[in-house]
Amino acid sequence: MTYLAKPKLHHPSLSKNKAGYTRRDYEGKISTLCAGCGHDSISAAIIQACWELDIQPHRVAKLSGIGCSSKTPDYFLGNSHGFNSVHGRMPSVLTGANLANRELLYLGVSGDGDSASIGIGQFAHSIRRGVNMVYIVENNGVYGLTKGQFSATADKGSKSKRGVVNSDEPLDLIGMALLLGATYVARSFSGDKKQLVPLIKGAIEHQGAAFIDVVSPCVAFNNHAGSTKSYEYVRQHNEAVNRLDFIEGREEITADYAPGETVTVYQHDGSALRLKKLAEDYDPTDRIKVMNYLQEHAARGEVITGLLYFDAEAEDLHRHINTVDTPLNQLGAKELCPGNAELEKINASLR
Amino acid sequence: MMTPITATNDFVVKFANVNGSGSASANELFARAILRMGVPVSPRNIFPSNIQGLPTWYEVRVTEKGYLGRRGGVDLMVAMNPQTWDNDLKEIEAGGYLFYDNSKPLPDSKFRPDITRIGMPLTEICNTTYTDPRQRQLFKNIIYVGALSALLEIDPAVIEQLFSEQYKGKEALLQSNVKALHLGRDYALKHLPCPLGLRVKRADNVGDRIFTDGNSAAALGAVYGGATVCAWYPITPSSSLAEAFMGYCKKLRVEAETGKNKCAIIQGEDELASIGIAIGAGWNGARSFTATSGPGISLMTEFIGLAYFAEIPVVLIDVQRGGPSTGMPTRTQQSDLLACAYASHGDTKHPLLFPEDPTECFEMTAQAFDLAERLQTPVFVMTDLDIGMNTRLCRPFSWKDGQEYDRGKLMTYEKLEAGTDFGRYMEVDGDGIPYRTLPGTHPTRGGYFTRGTTKNRYAMYSEAGADYVENMTRLMRKFDTAKSLLPQPVLYPAAKTTGYGAIFYGSTSPAMLEALDVLAEQGIHVNAMRVRGFPFANEVNEFVAVHPGTFVIEQNRDAQLRTLLVNDSKINPAQLISILHYDGTPITARFIVEQITRHIGAHSVVPLKKAVA
Repeated sequence: MTYLAKPKLHHPSLSKNKAGYTRRDYEGKISTLCAGCGHDSISAAIIQACWELDIQPHRVAKLSGIGCSSKTPDYFLGNSHGFNSVHGRMPSVLTGANLANRELLYLGVSGDGDSASIGIGQFAHSIRRGVNMVYIVENNGVYGLTKGQFSATADKGSKSKRGVVNSDEPLDLIGMALLLGATYVARSFSGDKKQLVPLIKGAIEHQGAAFIDVVSPCVAFNNHAGSTKSYEYVRQHNEAVNRLDFIEGREEITADYAPGETVTVYQHDGSALRLKKLAEDYDPTDRIKVMNYLQEHAARGEVITGLLYFDAEAEDLHRHINTVDTPLNQLGAKELCPGNAELEKINASLR
Repeated sequence: MMTPITATNDFVVKFANVNGSGSASANELFARAILRMGVPVSPRNIFPSNIQGLPTWYEVRVTEKGYLGRRGGVDLMVAMNPQTWDNDLKEIEAGGYLFYDNSKPLPDSKFRPDITRIGMPLTEICNTTYTDPRQRQLFKNIIYVGALSALLEIDPAVIEQLFSEQYKGKEALLQSNVKALHLGRDYALKHLPCPLGLRVKRADNVGDRIFTDGNSAAALGAVYGGATVCAWYPITPSSSLAEAFMGYCKKLRVEAETGKNKCAIIQGEDELASIGIAIGAGWNGARSFTATSGPGISLMTEFIGLAYFAEIPVVLIDVQRGGPSTGMPTRTQQSDLLACAYASHGDTKHPLLFPEDPTECFEMTAQAFDLAERLQTPVFVMTDLDIGMNTRLCRPFSWKDGQEYDRGKLMTYEKLEAGTDFGRYMEVDGDGIPYRTLPGTHPTRGGYFTRGTTKNRYAMYSEAGADYVENMTRLMRKFDTAKSLLPQPVLYPAAKTTGYGAIFYGSTSPAMLEALDVLAEQGIHVNAMRVRGFPFANEVNEFVAVHPGTFVIEQNRDAQLRTLLVNDSKINPAQLISILHYDGTPITARFIVEQITRHIGAHSVVPLKKAVA
């Protein structure tokens, strides 16, 4: 976006969070994406969410695939380890990293090409395994880095910058995530930071597979009339079903909404999600109803956003395969090697 | 009529069966019984890619001298499969024996005049003894083992002992098996020409050796080597490796106090995900591996390249088979060497290890994890179906207690805190190996963004040519460092001075060692060297240099190891003579001897220059 280096010095009066970091400590390198790119807003939302949650930046691992979206982890949380892996294969690398050390926070950043086309298999399987992660798809319906080809999430009938009309059905990542058992499913818009930041915070605190589809317009190749992923189109068709207030700690909840207007759900870690209902009769805990609702509204051309589904009793992969509490990468020969006496017994059984 | 073969403790029995008929365990029982009599055996399964109904064979070489390679030829055929009758008969050596089911009469034209026929009404005996069809099928196998024990003078007490170990606490099963065994034995003693010219005689040539297969040995090596993350996708002939890892982990990796697992095993959705998971875990500091075969390696290739450039430790165990996808999944080959050594796009090369038997599968797999972390790169254990899926007599496993794992160059919190200059891809010690940090090490230092090659020594984004070249030359130095860390070659010097050398590796080992003995008996002396790792030690160059001609024995068509010797060790190709076996069956000593003698014969004409002088 700019070639001017960011000053490294912080203003001494910058406030610090409970972990002792300023907001600037959560920033990364200067973005090299186009001016006005939706992805930069998402990076800013991630920075905001981590800072507000007092997360130590080095306890986050950022993983991505290939594409514009996958470049972004370089632009936030500069003190975290990042891994710009293989196209469409971020979910497997993240899964392995998560298995090695269950104590870090795993943030997977991907795009619609990376997740819905080449990576659809790994997207699906990481979700069905219940990997404890925040999986964000920065969805612009187009291949930006290769200059404007349709991606698999481009809506049928939408028009490319060169005037080609897409005749293929779009791939519905939210619908798939729901079918595959994601336990936290949200959609947002890069242009709505107020909605996006709490959704990311909720996902970070969620102990299971959290998936967020963020519609993020591509200013270079998919922001024209006829596109269904442009700023203008999304603003006109965005229908939020709820507003999420993320609250840490049970005791902080005060009933300042009238009964019936809000739902409060506690997660495993004690954090609470307080949802202000915007759509009547929308119940984000009923998976079947959610799927029906989304299908009906998608058919009307609406882009439904908000916290679409969550399961407060979510379990993750480590629980399924019953791994020890100590991160596997911290176990040494003492814990892992059965020793020669055991080997002698094995030898005896093989004679 | 030809004189029937007579041999004691030195013959080949081949069982021709239909797969899914329960013959495998009966045949293995036969092999183990001979082993318990102190006589080495070398069994091989020759099986189809199928679950039920297709032909399958089990070949047992009885070898007091301990030659564990496949011999070739058959002295006694146990022909239980009408589908393959004609070909099975052809395989019998002249003067050999045919054991068959004569419940239904067969015309004379179905036999050979130069072999001894031993017919036994197996089906008839089963039908009169058992009413349950499944029992009729299963006990038929035990009945023929009983008959063979009488024909070959195998001690029935040894077989009964094996039953009692196998059916510990299952009295009914034990009794019914013992009954079937004696049913066959008694019939044979009464009606058949016991004993045959082929006999088993008690010996003491097994020693403390163990009898196991390479896949479970490699799995055990992974347990001892500290692997905690295993991601795999089912593929013959490697599936039983991952399954054995699961089995061993269940016994050896459960935390006593909590019942929780000190490992994570994931069956991936494909090989791409499997290697991705293994790489993600390696990046994050866990010892991780995948087990696969050639087609899996092809799918993993993009990831292998990234792991090479990003310098991530990971272990791949390639149980080689005939290619491609619908290739010969149940046949053995050494045909993935080039695919693994140079796997991926861009300039890449990877260390390979070549185990010769299950013991080395154990040792090299365990060592591979140290090497992967020391060298921060993917390391391949190149086993094959012949070692992986066959039970082989081999040295017992051993482990030196008290040794810590070599975690390689890790930049710790303390070093970072002390202000050590950290560049993830920076040369520090002159060996090409940089330091790495694990995610989460230090709040403000040591974090970096992992990517392929668009980076400088500090892992900052760079497309500068100079940075690329610096990185690539350092990777070359690192590869050179690997030479001294990998398992070194093993020399088998000839008894007499000779101008001939031979290089071999992996599962060719037993056939080659036998061939060297046979050749020596014929007066042909050959110095042999077994290479155990790629990149090759400098010793290999010296070995080739001192021999006017060096045979390179391989189980593939394209002389893949020879290619590596020429390409990577810069050996003059004119000095290397290829001997190649690639029909999917394990190489035999007979084949090697024939090829070497033919070559030497053809070249024994005195060169003109010498003759004139």
